[in-house]
Amino acid sequence: MSQAPLLRVRDLRCAYGAREVVRGISFDLWPGEVLAVVGESGSGKSTLLNAVAARHAPVGGTVEFAMREGPDGAGELADIYAMTEAQRRLLARTDWGFVHQNAADGLRMNVSAGANVSERLMALGQRHYGRLRAQAADWLQRVEIDPSRIDDRPDTFSGGMRQRLQIARNLITAPRLVFMDEPTSSLDVSVQARLLDMLRMLTRQMELAAIIVTHDLAVARLLAQRMVVMQGGYAVESGLTDQVLDDPQHPYTQLLVSSVLPP
Amino acid sequence: MYVAVKGGETAILNSYRLLAEQRRGEVAIAELSVEQISQQLRLAVDRVMTEGSVYDPELAALAIKQSAGDLVEAIFLLRAYRATLPRLAYTEAIDTGRMVLSRRVSATFKDLPGGQLLGPTYDYTQRLLDFSLLATGAHPEPDTIRAAPAPLEAAPRVIDLLNHEGLVEDQAVPEGDPEPFDLTRQPLRFPADRSARLQNLARADEGFLLAMAYSTQRGYAESHPFVGEIRFGTVELCLVPEELGFEISLGDIAVTECQMVNQFKGSYTEPPQFTRGYGLAFGHSERKAMAMSLVDRALRAQELGEEVKAPAQMPEFVMSHSDSLESSGFVQHLKLPHYVDFQSELELVRKMRKAIARHDTGATPDPKDDAHA
Amino acid sequence: MRDPHIHFAYLDERTKRMIRRAILKAVAIPGYQVPFGSREMPLPYGWGTGGIQVTASIIGSDDVLKVIDQGSDDTVNAVNIRRFFQRTTGVEVTTDTTAASIIQTRHRIPETPLREGQILVYQVPVPEPMQHLEPLEVETRKLHALQEYGLMHVNLYEDLAHFGQIATTYDYPVLVNGRYIMAPSPIPKFDNPKMHMNPALQLFGAGREKRIYAVPPYTSVESLGFEDHPFSIQRWEQPCGICGARDSFLDEVITDDQGGRLFVCSDSDYCAKTQAAAEQPGTAL
Repeated sequence: MSQAPLLRVRDLRCAYGAREVVRGISFDLWPGEVLAVVGESGSGKSTLLNAVAARHAPVGGTVEFAMREGPDGAGELADIYAMTEAQRRLLARTDWGFVHQNAADGLRMNVSAGANVSERLMALGQRHYGRLRAQAADWLQRVEIDPSRIDDRPDTFSGGMRQRLQIARNLITAPRLVFMDEPTSSLDVSVQARLLDMLRMLTRQMELAAIIVTHDLAVARLLAQRMVVMQGGYAVESGLTDQVLDDPQHPYTQLLVSSVLPP
Repeated sequence: MYVAVKGGETAILNSYRLLAEQRRGEVAIAELSVEQISQQLRLAVDRVMTEGSVYDPELAALAIKQSAGDLVEAIFLLRAYRATLPRLAYTEAIDTGRMVLSRRVSATFKDLPGGQLLGPTYDYTQRLLDFSLLATGAHPEPDTIRAAPAPLEAAPRVIDLLNHEGLVEDQAVPEGDPEPFDLTRQPLRFPADRSARLQNLARADEGFLLAMAYSTQRGYAESHPFVGEIRFGTVELCLVPEELGFEISLGDIAVTECQMVNQFKGSYTEPPQFTRGYGLAFGHSERKAMAMSLVDRALRAQELGEEVKAPAQMPEFVMSHSDSLESSGFVQHLKLPHYVDFQSELELVRKMRKAIARHDTGATPDPKDDAHA
Repeated sequence: MRDPHIHFAYLDERTKRMIRRAILKAVAIPGYQVPFGSREMPLPYGWGTGGIQVTASIIGSDDVLKVIDQGSDDTVNAVNIRRFFQRTTGVEVTTDTTAASIIQTRHRIPETPLREGQILVYQVPVPEPMQHLEPLEVETRKLHALQEYGLMHVNLYEDLAHFGQIATTYDYPVLVNGRYIMAPSPIPKFDNPKMHMNPALQLFGAGREKRIYAVPPYTSVESLGFEDHPFSIQRWEQPCGICGARDSFLDEVITDDQGGRLFVCSDSDYCAKTQAAAEQPGTAL
């Protein structure tokens, strides 16, 4: 495993018109590491995620991703905004995943679960219907969806099922980095725990690196080794999740931690 | 024994004859002259000129006569004729600031230099059918008429007045002052620049544009519009022929211009200003010019950093469906024979029904059903 | 007879040159949609103006023209277009597929195999094969450029999942020269195999959508499918009710209101020739 970071973000700044929403964020992400970006709504965390995932152009700073190793050695860090759109789109389809808060944004709601899951494989050139279907069924099982629902459309699925389907759709190409924007926030509390457990298992099994945006400290605690706390566009505190949550230094972090109701 | 139907050519020739009869109507009634149409169906002529992209009232009136009043058909006739005309030269840009005004109103100011001139308009009429028009001949003048004052000479544009304070965004000339896009020569591609967009909207079907504009007022992308100014009148058309090297006047054309002023925007580096939408049409065509200005502004959503969430803000949606020749042609092409494709669909549906029936009885699929190519 | 007041083939020479340039680009990149400045024609958009503009740009006074619609020379639309070219060019016209140098067609490929030197001009309503899946041209242009055709296969997968077979029966998408996915126009899928390695030049004109594309002679054209569910064509149980042919596309004609039907060749020229050969068995087709 290479010793260089998988992702390097430096002095990232984002704005909507005159309003600056991300003010100079920097961090590294290592292979297999999960980073939580925590803050209230309006903190800039979703914008940060979208900027790092090449979905929203920043007004300053850089985002570099370590491309897959070539035949001549370890992959180099490449500036994603210096790439062509073709390269970025290929990356987004293969080596990256993006899990939306609202599953309908990350799925094709008008095609079957099987088509949703196997689309990336078809995009990469697989042409055997039976094998595509088998792989899709396999993944449905891994995300705890009954494989007999493979021909059903996502609009017949519950919220939790849709979210799991979205995850399967993203992970089938074994991406090295997954972005998640509030993956459990739109689900019932009772369903959230199950999904979080599944995410934790999958990220470990597949050695996925992930950046998870959440307002829920419990999600950070369960899934992430490190976390960044955002307030008003700034990163006010960062470090190992347990340390930050057990011994918050910044007043805002202290406020966040203290306002969480004990389970 | 079945014999395939023939005689397509005869049918076509007969249809011409029937069409001519239908167009002429009752022979005992006086035939409509092109002159009468040009004078008394003025606003129809204006619309046909605008969407037909040719300023020639006589040709437009002829097209209306030939198409028995179907304006979309008339517009088609004019456009097809235009496609055969050679390009002789390009005029100078018209200066609407120097328009000889028949009508000029602004909703943004109570009074302004040049004044508000009501002019000829249906706006304040009561929409009651005037049965006296059933009779032709001299009509009693409406009570309140007096000698109309002479049309105003040029009045400064409201936009220019607002611009003294820098309140309205500058429509800067693009770098290098490139040639405007020519929709009649090059295919429209996206993203389209402003000149392509305005040209497309100027030629757009009025009904479609009106509906799109209306949608922006009902929550499908609001932009809080105000009529900065509508002016209708004549402008001079000038040309600088190569051989002469100086400007000559070709005459006047009547145009309607609408400047819509919209919600102010700011950017990271610039203080807020009012934004604009622009509409221009031949003749007296206020509805068209206003609709065009609303849609022009809506289509700038992405440029101005607004969220694109409504059809009127989507350039590809609006501009791909705005041309009545394209929309009418494709909708009506469904009348053409499609029986070969329908045969294929019939065959598929029958096959699928057969398969379901077999499935219900437990029979095996029939290998004769499809051959592998 | 030719109308001397109208320029040869109606279009001015500058426009023809512009269209021919587009055609050359199209031939150089098989299956790629080349945008062109489509003109308003005396026929409406949607009624064959693309095909007409292509034909008008390539036709010369010694060409022999055949025009068919639904496979027949005598449908009203074919008659109308043929009259247009007779009026504007005065060229010889024919119903004999083997005698034509240019064949303009709507929705069918002639049954009689074409030979080198012939040109088949297709009328295309929707040039973009993915339009019903992704209406935005900005997006589909990217998909073609990046060879991102996953969406097409998702569509085929869905058909297999829901119907057990691919439910597209006409305008069946094809991969041209191993690179671009193309809409062959609404020909029945029965005709798709004829496009593959055809000795003739195949040109496609979409006037309303303003695109021209081409398949040069002897180019590979493969209909999309899956390895375990390959492309297949339609078959009829009965032969043509007039000429007895078993290998042509048949139209269904309703003969009475009791459900009586007859199947006859869609290709009127092929049917007439087959019938003549059946009556005189030594005659070459």
